[in-house]
Amino acid sequence: MTTVSEELRNVAPEKLAVEGVSKTFRTQRGHVHALDNVSLNVREGEFVCLVGPSGCGKSTLLSIIAGLESTDSGQVLADGKPVTGPGRERMVMFQESALFPWLDVLGNVLFGLKLKPNLTGKERREVALFYLKLVGLENFIHANIHELSGGMKQRVALARALAPNPRVLLMDEPFAALDALTREQLYGDIQRIWAERKKTIIFVTHNVREAVCLGDRVVLFSPHPGRIQEKFEIKLPRPRDINSVDLAKYSTEITRALKRHLKPETTEVAE
Amino acid sequence: MKRWLLVIIFFAVLIGAWEYLVRRGVWSPVLVPSPLDVGRYFVSSIQDRTLLEASYVTMKRLVLGYVVSLIIGLPLGLLNARFKACEDTIGVLALGLQTLPSVCWAPLALLWFGQTETAMFFIVIMGSIWSVTLATDAGVRSVPPIYARAARTMGSGGLHTWLKVIFPASLPFVVSGMKQGWAFAWRSLMAAEIYVTILTGFGLGHLLHYGRELHAMDAVIGIMIVIIVIGLLADKILFSPIERFLHRRWGTARN
Ligand SMILES: Nc1ncnc2c1ncn2[C@@H]1O[C@H](COP(=O)(O)OP(=O)(O)OP(=O)(O)O)[C@@H](O)[C@H]1O
Ligand SMILES: [Mg+2]
Repeated sequence: MTTVSEELRNVAPEKLAVEGVSKTFRTQRGHVHALDNVSLNVREGEFVCLVGPSGCGKSTLLSIIAGLESTDSGQVLADGKPVTGPGRERMVMFQESALFPWLDVLGNVLFGLKLKPNLTGKERREVALFYLKLVGLENFIHANIHELSGGMKQRVALARALAPNPRVLLMDEPFAALDALTREQLYGDIQRIWAERKKTIIFVTHNVREAVCLGDRVVLFSPHPGRIQEKFEIKLPRPRDINSVDLAKYSTEITRALKRHLKPETTEVAE
Repeated sequence: MKRWLLVIIFFAVLIGAWEYLVRRGVWSPVLVPSPLDVGRYFVSSIQDRTLLEASYVTMKRLVLGYVVSLIIGLPLGLLNARFKACEDTIGVLALGLQTLPSVCWAPLALLWFGQTETAMFFIVIMGSIWSVTLATDAGVRSVPPIYARAARTMGSGGLHTWLKVIFPASLPFVVSGMKQGWAFAWRSLMAAEIYVTILTGFGLGHLLHYGRELHAMDAVIGIMIVIIVIGLLADKILFSPIERFLHRRWGTARN
C-alpha cells in the first residue's frame, strides 16, 4: 500500500529552459529549416501553449524537449541539466494516435508502469486504475482501442502519459481531431488534472482560443524558419470557460498578432 | 446450429451425387471408386493402422519442419527489417527462393541427402521458410514509427522495444505469413514424400504414391481426403483463433 501511495504522490514539476535551439531537416528535396534559434523558459508547474501555423516546427520543438530528436545547435535544460534522451520525467501525447492497438485500455496505461522497477503487478494495476479513473474511463479498462471514440482515445493517451508520473507533460495538438463539445469537456478535465497533479505542461495547438483557455502563457510561432514571435501572459482566473468574454478579448488580440506575423500564404489558424 | 446443418447438408449432397453418378456408370469404376469403396478403404486402413501411422509420421515431419522454419524464418525477417545490409543480401535471396516452387528442391535434396528423412526436412524447410521471413520483414516495416517513439518516452528501448512493440505491432502481417508458411510446408512435404521414396517411415505422400503404383483408386482418393481434412483442421484449430483475436483487437479485416 505504501508503495502505491508513494507512486501516486505529486512529484515536483520540472523547470525547462530551451536555449537557442536550431534544427534543419535534410531531405532529398532539400533543406527544411524547422527551428531557428528558439529560446523559451518555462517555470515549474507552468502551463504554456505554443500556437502557430502548420509547419512552423511546433512538433519538432516538442520532440526535442522530449529528447526524441537532437538539435543542430542549442540545448534544452530540464532543471538545469541538459536533456540527452527520452525519459519518464517528460511524457508526450502525440499529434497522431500512438496508442498500441494490440493492448487493451488497461494494457496501454500499464505499458509505461511495467518499465518502472520496484512495483508489483498488483501495485501497477492499482496505479493504472487510479489514472483511468482520473480521466473518467474506469468502466472501459478492458475495451479494445478501436472500440473507443476519438475523445476516449485521447483520454487513454492522457492516462498513459500521466501513469509513469512525469514531471513534464508535452501535448501535441491532442484535441485537434475532436468535436467542439468533447473538446470543451476535455478543457475542463485537463485544467482540473493540471491543478491536481501539478505538472509543467507544454501544449501545442492551432487554436488560439484553446491556447488562451488553457495557458498561463501563449507563445506565438511563425514559420519558415520556425521562430518565436511574441509571448502573451494570460491573466485570467481558473478554471476558465472557453466561451467567456474576457477570454475572447485575449484571443482577438493574439489572433491579430498572429496575422501580423504571418506570411500571406499561410493562414491556417482558427481563432 | 443452422450453420452446421448447412455444412452437413452440403457434404451429404456432394457425396450423394458422387455415389449416384458412379452407380449410373458415368465413369469407369477403375478410375472413380464409389464413396462406399473409399469408406471401406478407411475402415480397413484404420484397422490395420497404416493410415493412422502414416498420418502420424507425416504430421511429425510437418510440425518439426514448420517449427524449424519459424525459428529461423522469424528472426531472419526481423534482421532484414532492421539492417539494410541483411535486406540487400538475405532479403533478395529470400525473395528469389520464395518464387521457386518447392518441388524444385526435390532433385537437389535427393542428390545431397539421398532417400532420407533429412531430404524431406530440407524440402519442407526450404519450401516454407522464405514466406515467413518475407512476411515478418514486411510486417515490421509496416509498423508506424510513432509506436517506437511513444515506447521510448516510456522508458522502453533496444530488445524490449522489439519484443513488446515492434513484434506485436507487426503481428497481423506475421500471422498471415505464418499461415502462408504452413501452407507451403504442407505442400512441400507432400512433394517430398512423393519424390523421396524411403523404406521406413511411410507418410501420407508415400501411401499416395504406392496407391498409384497399385492402381488402388479408393486408397488414392481416401488419402487425398485425409490430406485435405488435415489442412482444414490446421487452419481451423491453429490459425482461426489467432486471427479472430487479431480482428477483435485491431478491429480490422486484416489477416
Ligand atoms: N523527420 C522529418 N524529416 C524532414 N522534414 C521534417 C521532419 N519533421 C518535420 N519536418 C519538417 O519540419 C517542419 C516543421 O515540422 P513540424 O512537424 O515541427 O511542424 P508543426 O508546427 O508541428 O506543424 P503542424 O501544426 O502541421 O503539426 C515542416 O516543414 C516539416 O515538413
Ligand atoms: Mg505538429
